[in-house]
Amino acid sequence: MRITQGCFSFLPDLNDEQINKQVEYILGKEWAVSLEYTDDPHPRNTYWEMWGHPMFDLRDAKGVMMELDECRKAHPESYIRIQAFDNTRGFETVMMSFIVNRPEVEPTFHMQRTDVDGRSQRYAWDARR
Amino acid sequence: MVEGTVQTVDLAAEYEASGVREVLEELDRELIGLAPVKQRIRETAALLLVDKARREMGLSQETPTLHMSFTGNPGTGKTTVARMMAGLLHRLGYVRKGHLVSVTRDDLVGQYIGHTAPKTKEVLKRAMGGVLFIDEAYYLYKPDNERDYGQEAIEILLQVMENNRDDLVVIMAGYADRMDRFFAANPGFRSRIAHHIDFPDYSDDELLRISQSMLEGQSYVFDPEAEAAMAEYIAMRRMQPHFANARSIRNALDRVRLRQANRLFSESKGPLDAMALSTITAADVRASRVFQGGLDVDRMREAAE
Repeated sequence: MRITQGCFSFLPDLNDEQINKQVEYILGKEWAVSLEYTDDPHPRNTYWEMWGHPMFDLRDAKGVMMELDECRKAHPESYIRIQAFDNTRGFETVMMSFIVNRPEVEPTFHMQRTDVDGRSQRYAWDARR
Repeated sequence: MVEGTVQTVDLAAEYEASGVREVLEELDRELIGLAPVKQRIRETAALLLVDKARREMGLSQETPTLHMSFTGNPGTGKTTVARMMAGLLHRLGYVRKGHLVSVTRDDLVGQYIGHTAPKTKEVLKRAMGGVLFIDEAYYLYKPDNERDYGQEAIEILLQVMENNRDDLVVIMAGYADRMDRFFAANPGFRSRIAHHIDFPDYSDDELLRISQSMLEGQSYVFDPEAEAAMAEYIAMRRMQPHFANARSIRNALDRVRLRQANRLFSESKGPLDAMALSTITAADVRASRVFQGGLDVDRMREAAE
C-alpha cells in the first residue's frame, strides 16, 4: 500500500532534482534540515530514527543530498523523510516534512478488532509486510 | 556545431555582465601592494571567463580544476584574498553560493577513532556551494605519527576535491616552505591543485600605507611626527620575532589607540574637539616596547641564548 505522509504526499514521488529544489527552499527560509528513516510507517510512529545530526548551518542543498545518498545506501528498504525545523522563538517546530525514499514493496496495514466490555469493539492497526 | 549553442561571444560584454569587474576593482582598492597576487588573480579571472565562454559554445564540458594553494607569511592577506576569490568564482558561476568556510586542522581532525570522518564531512557539507579555506593545511599531515587521524581527513578531502569539483573549491594556505613539504609528501594534493599563488611580504612603505588606511577606517589620523614614528616602528618591528606583516600592524594600532585614549584621559583638562579625539601623536607610537628592543620575554630569551 502506498504510504502518504507529510507534504506532497498526493504527488508522484519527487525526483532528486525536485528534492534539491525543495531543500534550497528550506535553506532559503533558514530552517534546519534533518533526515530521518524508519521501517514502520504507521502514522502514530512520530519518532523516526535520526540519520546524523540536524544540519543547522548549511548554505547549499548539496550537503543534504550527500547525506541522503548515504542514507539511501545504508537503508534502501526504509522510508526516509526530510524535515525542516524552524528554530525561531515562537515556532520551534517542524515546518516541512516529506518522504524522499520508500521501499520497493510497501507494507500493508492490518486491522485488529478486539471485543471489550460486552459488544464494544476496539480497533488497532499495524504495518505488516 | 551542436544546434542551439551560441555562435559568437563578446568577452567584454561577458566581463561586464558577470560582475567580475567590481571584484577586481575591489581587489585593487582594498588591498595595498600584493602586485603579483593581483596579477595572478586577473589572469585566473580571464582564464575562467574564457573557459565559461568556451563551455557555452560547447567547446569543452569539463569543469576546470579550481583548487588553489596560497602560500606566504602570516598577515599577507591570504584570507582576505580567499574571500574575494569566493566572490569572483561565484560571479563567474563556478560556485553556487560563494561563501567562504575558513577552517584549520582542529575543525577537520577528530580526537579518537571514528571521530574524524564525521567531523570532516560536517565541514565539507557546510562548504558545499562555496569555498573551503584550509589555513595552515600542512598540520593535517604529521609524518612522525603514522597513526595520526589527519591522514583520514586528507583522504576524505582528496576524494571530495575530485568528485565534487562542481560543488566546492578548496583553497589551502600556509607558509611557503612547509606547504612545499606538505605537497611533496601528499602528491594527491599537488596534482589536484591547479593554481599556486605566492603572497610576498609587504614592504615598509606598503605597511605604512596599510596602517594609514586602517586608521582611516576607524576615523583616526596620524599627525606628521606620528607618521614618521610609525615608519620607524615598522622598520624596527620587522627585525623582531613574531612579525606578521599587516596583522602586526593592526595589533600595534590597537595598542596605539589604547595609549592615545590613556593620554587624553590623563592630560586633558578642558573640553576636547573631534580633532583631538582622533589624532594619534608621536608619543602614542613611541611608547611602544618595540622602540626599547622588543618584548621583555623575547629579550630575556635572547640574553639566555
